[in-house]
Amino acid sequence: MYPRTFAYHRAASLSEAVRMLGQLGPEARLLAGGQSLIPLMKLRLASPAALVDIGHVPNLNYINKTNGGFAFGPLSRHAEVERSPAAAQIPILHDCAAGIADVQVRNWGTLVGSIAEADPTGDWAPVLLALGADVVCQGESGERTLPLAEFITDAFTTRLLPGEIVREVRAHRPAKNSGGAYIAFKRCAPVYASASAAVQLTLEDRVCRNPRIFLGAVGLTPVHAREAGRALEGRAIDEKTIAAAADAARAAADPQSDQRGSAEYKRELVRGLVTEAIRAAARRAAGQPVEVAHHYA
Amino acid sequence: MPEAAKIALSCRVNGRDVQAEIEPRTLLVEFLRDELDLTGTHIGCDTSFCGACTVLVNGRSAKSCTLFAFQAGGAEVLTVEGLARDGQLHPVQQAFVDHHGLQCGYCTPGMMMSAVHLLAENPDPSEHDIRKGLAGNCCRCTGYQNIFKSVAAAAKMGGR
Repeated sequence: MYPRTFAYHRAASLSEAVRMLGQLGPEARLLAGGQSLIPLMKLRLASPAALVDIGHVPNLNYINKTNGGFAFGPLSRHAEVERSPAAAQIPILHDCAAGIADVQVRNWGTLVGSIAEADPTGDWAPVLLALGADVVCQGESGERTLPLAEFITDAFTTRLLPGEIVREVRAHRPAKNSGGAYIAFKRCAPVYASASAAVQLTLEDRVCRNPRIFLGAVGLTPVHAREAGRALEGRAIDEKTIAAAADAARAAADPQSDQRGSAEYKRELVRGLVTEAIRAAARRAAGQPVEVAHHYA
Repeated sequence: MPEAAKIALSCRVNGRDVQAEIEPRTLLVEFLRDELDLTGTHIGCDTSFCGACTVLVNGRSAKSCTLFAFQAGGAEVLTVEGLARDGQLHPVQQAFVDHHGLQCGYCTPGMMMSAVHLLAENPDPSEHDIRKGLAGNCCRCTGYQNIFKSVAAAAKMGGR
C-alpha cells in the first residue's frame, strides 16, 4: 500500500469534524474530495497520522446564490461548479471549473479543498482572487471570514489555524459590464499548469475600469500583476494597451525553472496567456459570448 | 509503525453486495484488485496521471487509485467486469472490438469506463467532446485515433 498508516475518523457534521481535528492535533488532516491530498499521501509527501473524513456529511454539496455573489460549500465539486448557474453567469468560473485536470478529478475534487490546499499551481486561487472572494473558517470558538487575498500566505500555507476548517468560499459577483477569462498552459490535462492567467475587468464607455490580473503557477502564491492592471486602467483596450499590460505581467511573474519549463519559458507563457485573457475578458465585458480553452502542449 | 484499527466497508460492486474489514489506507483500486480479485481495473502509474484505474462510483467516473476505498462506502461501484450483461458485451466494449480501439490493452478498461461515463452524460458527443472526455486517460501505445473512433461508434449504437 502506498500511503503510511493513519487512523480514520468519519465526521457526521462539520462541527464534529472541527471537534475531531481539535482533539487529534496538528497531525490530523481533513479529507473532502481527496484529489490533492491522496496523491501527496501516495508519494508520502504528506503522511498525516489521522484523517477526518467529511465526505459523508450531508448538505455540504451546495452552490448558493447570495446577495454578493455565490457561496460554495465544502463538498461542491469542480464538475458541479462547471454545470452551475454560477458558472453560467460568471464565465471565468466556467473557464476554470471546466479546465481543471480531467473528468475523473473534476468529479471528486472540490473548490473549497483547492483553496484550503493553496497549491501554488492550483487553478482556483488566481480566478477567485481576480473576482474577489472571501473564505469562511470555522473553529471551535466560532466562525471568521477573511478575504482570499489575506488567506493564502505562502505555498501550501494559509491563515487557517490548527483545528479550523474552511466551511465556505464566497465569490463576489462582478460589476455590470464586467468580463473575465482564465487561461492556463498545461503539458497535458491531468497535470498542473505550467502558467496561467486570470483577468477580470469592467468596461465603462469602452474604457477599462478596475482590471484585476492574477497569475498562477509562477510564484509561491498567485501573483497579483498590479502594473499590468495599471496599464489598462482608464484606457481603451486596444493592441497597444494589451501589449503594455502583457509586458508588465511578464515582469511581475516570478517563476522557477522545473520540469514544466524554464523560468524564461514560463515568463513568455505569461505574456501570451495574459494577452489572450485580456482580449477574451474585454469581449465578454462588451457582451459577446467568447469560448476560451486552455492550451495543451 | 503500529497497524491502524481496521474499519468496516460495505458497498455494491457490479451489482453484488460487498462487506469487508479494511485498513483505512487501502485505495479503492487495491480493494477491487486484491480483496475482490477484480483485476480488470489496472494500475498504470503512481501519480493519478494515467486513468487505467478508472471506475464509476455512483455513476461518477473516478481514478480508483486516487480514492480511498472508504470513500466508496455505501456506494455503487461499476468496474469493467460489470459492463457485459448475460454474456453480451456492452456497446462500448463491442465498439472497441469492432474498431480496433486497443493495441496492448493496458489502458483499455479505464478508457472504456471513461467512455461509459461520457456517453451517460452526453449521448451524442462531438469529436472534441470525446477528446475532452478521455483527457484523463493515457494510452502509452498512442493508439488514440481508433479509441476515439470506437467511442464515436459506441455513441451511434446508443452505447450506454
